[in-house]
Amino acid sequence: MSRGRKFALAIAAVLALAALPAAGRIVHTERSLYRNIVVDEEDNQRCMRFGRYALARQTCISLTDERYLVFNYMRTMMGALYLNPSPERILIIGLGGGAITGALQRMLPNAKIDAVEIDPAIVRVARAYFGFVPGRQTDVYEEDGRVFVKRMLKQGAKYDLVILDAFDHQYIPEHLLTREFLLEVRGLLAERGIVTANTYSSTRLSDHESATYYSVFGDFYALKTNNRVILAVVGGLPGAEELRRNAEIVEPKLQAVGTGKDWLLPLFIVESGWPANTRILTDQYSPSNLLNGM
Amino acid sequence: MQPIARQAVVFALAGWSGFFVMAVELLSGRILAPNFGNSIYVWGGVITVFMLALSVGYLLGGHYSVHSPSLRRLGAILIAASVATLPVVALGDPVLNWIFDRINDPRYGSLMAASTLFFVPTAISGAVSPYAIRLLVTRLQASGRSAGIVYFVSTFGSAAGTILTSFYLVALFEVDQILMGIMAISAGLGLLAILFKDVKQ
Repeated sequence: MSRGRKFALAIAAVLALAALPAAGRIVHTERSLYRNIVVDEEDNQRCMRFGRYALARQTCISLTDERYLVFNYMRTMMGALYLNPSPERILIIGLGGGAITGALQRMLPNAKIDAVEIDPAIVRVARAYFGFVPGRQTDVYEEDGRVFVKRMLKQGAKYDLVILDAFDHQYIPEHLLTREFLLEVRGLLAERGIVTANTYSSTRLSDHESATYYSVFGDFYALKTNNRVILAVVGGLPGAEELRRNAEIVEPKLQAVGTGKDWLLPLFIVESGWPANTRILTDQYSPSNLLNGM
Repeated sequence: MQPIARQAVVFALAGWSGFFVMAVELLSGRILAPNFGNSIYVWGGVITVFMLALSVGYLLGGHYSVHSPSLRRLGAILIAASVATLPVVALGDPVLNWIFDRINDPRYGSLMAASTLFFVPTAISGAVSPYAIRLLVTRLQASGRSAGIVYFVSTFGSAAGTILTSFYLVALFEVDQILMGIMAISAGLGLLAILFKDVKQ
């Protein structure tokens, strides 16, 4: 296919998706410092969108079963528990509707959770429309994730699990996808600490992202559904036997949020295959959004 | 009437200076992000500092142009702005870490950081436009037209610096490489102006 034709098709696809209305009943709209937030309901789901069109869904909750994780990527991220079934200290960057934070609060009631969200309006909307209630052990911080990480590093804080979920459907905070940032995150991780990140699956950016994660953590899993969830561990990935053992341990908890080992375990594939000369993203070179558009 | 070549050099300096300021301003957001994030406050701090620095620069440039203005001196202003940007590359990280350790509020942290690193080079750059106007004005009646052309050239340069940096340069080069590149061009243009055989007015 010619480049021009590909481009025309891509434009047509984007227009078609953009034309799909946020068909549900609109429950709430709000213009925040960073974006337009739309909350709507359809098919027993309530969703938070940034903007009006269908692709822009950020978080959805089920109105029939609040424990159920609607998004594939969120269920995939729960695979972090196969690397450590009982993390005690968890950092979540990007609260969104609070679905992941809420699920972890229920699954791990004793875990100390810090959730960081740059947009105060998102925190308000999560509380008001998505049933997000910070647990006794949960603190929510309204600030830039990078700044929070840097401050915690200075204070010598440690986490067993860091969840990076600050990308939205089209925009990447570029300072949260650099080697230096990942080194800071690694500095926050305890021995055998885990980082998991929700990322895009199939753009030129993926290779750069892979090279960057590899430069900090070595081999990592890339669990691919419609998104790509990265899972990396300080000190190297565990063996298959350990994964299976942990999967058994957490199976009842994961069943409760709508997933389980039959679906999740086969997704654990060590990422490979990016070109050896792929440029690593750094604070000096981080055109992530440009690369994502290519 | 002045020789065309001399006018061209003045316009080139004014246009480039506009390019330089906006390229540095865009990159400053990048430079502050690892310590202060990318929130709206950080851009607020950056833009405030650049606007303040430019306003002071206009004042100083106008003042400086009153006594024996020359193309030579205009060239020296460009070189000074280039040299004043060097600490951004050489000392940026330690300075930002130092400020981060002392100021917790991201608003005042980014304001302080932007002031420390970018106020001086931007103020010096701001002096270029009024100084260039002085070099171009030969008759009172034409002074408005000269000022208009300088505004045009320097703001056009700013637009070019903004789009080239944000659309293309950051996709090709590291932040420090871009800074060093534009500093070298500033120094080169400044030198060209100094070596230019100027006519006494």
